[in-house]
Amino acid sequence: MLKIDNLHVRVAGKDILKGLTLHVNAGEVHAIMGPNGAGKSTLGNVLAGREGYEVVEGSVVYEGADLLALEPEQRAAAGVFLAFQYPVEIPGVNNTYFLRAAFNAQRKARGEAELDSMQFLKRVREKLAVLHLKDELLHRAVNEGFSGGEKKRNEIFQMALLEPRLAILDETDSGLDIDALKMVADGVNAMRNPARAFVVITHYQRLLDYIVPDFVHVLAEGRIVESGDKSLALKLEEHGYSWIAARRVAGAT
Amino acid sequence: MDRRAARGRGDVMSEPLLESLLESPPAPGPDWLGALRGHARAQLERDGLPGPRNEAWKYTPLRALARRRYANHDAAASSRAVDAGALDLPGLDGARRGFVNGGYRADLSRLPVAAGISVEPIAPLLAGAADGLRTAFADPFDAPGQAFARLNTALANDGLVVRVAAGTRVEERLHLLMFAAGAEALAWNLRIVVELGAGSALTLVEHHAGDADEVHLGNIVSQYVLAPGSRLDLLQLQAAAETSTRIRRSAFTLDADAVLALRTLELGSALARHDLVVHLDGDRASCTSRGVFAARDRQHLDTHIDVRHRARDTACDLVWRGVAGGRSRGILHGAITVEAGADGTDASLDTKNLLLSAQAEIDAQPVLEIHADEVKAAHGATVGQLDEQALFYLRTRGLAEAEARSLLTLAFCRSTVDSLENAALRDHIDALLLERLPAQEEAA
Repeated sequence: MLKIDNLHVRVAGKDILKGLTLHVNAGEVHAIMGPNGAGKSTLGNVLAGREGYEVVEGSVVYEGADLLALEPEQRAAAGVFLAFQYPVEIPGVNNTYFLRAAFNAQRKARGEAELDSMQFLKRVREKLAVLHLKDELLHRAVNEGFSGGEKKRNEIFQMALLEPRLAILDETDSGLDIDALKMVADGVNAMRNPARAFVVITHYQRLLDYIVPDFVHVLAEGRIVESGDKSLALKLEEHGYSWIAARRVAGAT
Repeated sequence: MDRRAARGRGDVMSEPLLESLLESPPAPGPDWLGALRGHARAQLERDGLPGPRNEAWKYTPLRALARRRYANHDAAASSRAVDAGALDLPGLDGARRGFVNGGYRADLSRLPVAAGISVEPIAPLLAGAADGLRTAFADPFDAPGQAFARLNTALANDGLVVRVAAGTRVEERLHLLMFAAGAEALAWNLRIVVELGAGSALTLVEHHAGDADEVHLGNIVSQYVLAPGSRLDLLQLQAAAETSTRIRRSAFTLDADAVLALRTLELGSALARHDLVVHLDGDRASCTSRGVFAARDRQHLDTHIDVRHRARDTACDLVWRGVAGGRSRGILHGAITVEAGADGTDASLDTKNLLLSAQAEIDAQPVLEIHADEVKAAHGATVGQLDEQALFYLRTRGLAEAEARSLLTLAFCRSTVDSLENAALRDHIDALLLERLPAQEEAA
């Protein structure tokens, strides 16, 4: 589904990703772990199409097509979703209005029929229940005045509603208490299926207790330096990221 | 007498506008009004229209307008057929008073009004002794910058007088429509007088609209007098044709404990100038103002706010948003003066502006002048562009860039209307904003 090969990305003149390779198949959950400054968020942003991220080398192929050639909205319509580390507050834009506009824009781009407001609302209520989000959030402006936990749950709610094929979660666990963390994990687990893939970017192992990954990768200094199964996350938790660095030095000599 | 000679000043430009309009003989009326009209004419003949050196008109040159000739409206122009359906506003199905090309139209008015409120066309009143209107015409408009108000005093022969009796709280919203019909260069003046008795309340919608290609010069002077403890909720919706000229002066006088809740949208006209003058004359009088201007193409929209705190513990809270695209220009001059003795004043002005093109210009000028003690005053003005983070966020959810931009632009302007309780009217204004907002251009 997603093939990232030898990806080099420069941000504001600085090399952040330096030869990242990652292959994700449908139905898989990949966790990307790594210390601060390793390039984790850059990966999410470059996949979603944020401006200012210059790809200097390498390729990203999604479902057989060059993902990097697409505009952010085209990527969304193709089924790519990024749950933001810092969801943006947009005063004056009503949450429901925004969601329906986004939902229908994607459907339209795929040549599917748009939903009217009754059909849409029915769908919204189903998804809200899963994430234990209050109805009232729908009537507020997008993320405005939401607590940190509400913002993150709102991201997962949007994901549930938009039903992407490839979901990238950028540190969705940061700043969440254990109850909110479980709700987020429930939301993700409910969506796991053979046709959908997840890339879960996180700094801590804790989230992976609830969203059990098929693969764990360690991102350090702009590259995947170690890959394994879920036990790798536990080792990291036990030994810290310095353990990886030490292993790499040991391996080099 | 030769008018130009009478000006007695060599540097006053030749002004076809004033010449064409002042050719008409003064309208009939009581002696006191005749004297006022004569005075206003003399002032105009002496000073002409304000030039570029007049501080109040610094950003709005009148040279091109002054060179145009207009015909004063007459009975025929005001009785022109208009599509009555186009005059409706959603959410307003009660009392309405309609004016077309500066003349009152009974056929476009819906008459039921509650007990305790009187709504009368001004023309028949002016034909009589009209003593009750003396105070409404008392302002001599002594500053040369007030040329259009002078013109209005000299020429206005129609308009409306609204009086709400003390203690009457009018539930029904009153819709006041000022419509321009026909493509010729027509000029018309309207005088609106609204007087709220002590403890009364009124909700009024002032609606400026017209044919899509009209080029009228509409000159409207509105005067609102709020007695102690009264409350006025006023929505001003200026959605005239983008080919037209509208000059308006809205003056408010608030006595003790009076409350003015003002919402203003400046969307229409090629050239629009709106002077908002608020005098907080009584203790604890307060005014909130939510406003927006949206200029595109070559529109020039100039709003001058002048709030004067003249009594103790008075408050004003002004929030304005401006958007300009194309080669348009928007001006928001927001002056707050706290006069000596107006201790305990709480004043704030917040203006944020959005530039959507490199050729557009916005001039936001907050001016605070304080002569009292224990005053709380704050002001802030910014001019910027759309938030790139928000734009990216919307796009990652599937919205096309243009759609995301217009959604954000609308959101930026919505602060003026999001507190409107009338949902149908609010939705209409949202739609109107979406239709009128300038589009983002490259290289902004």
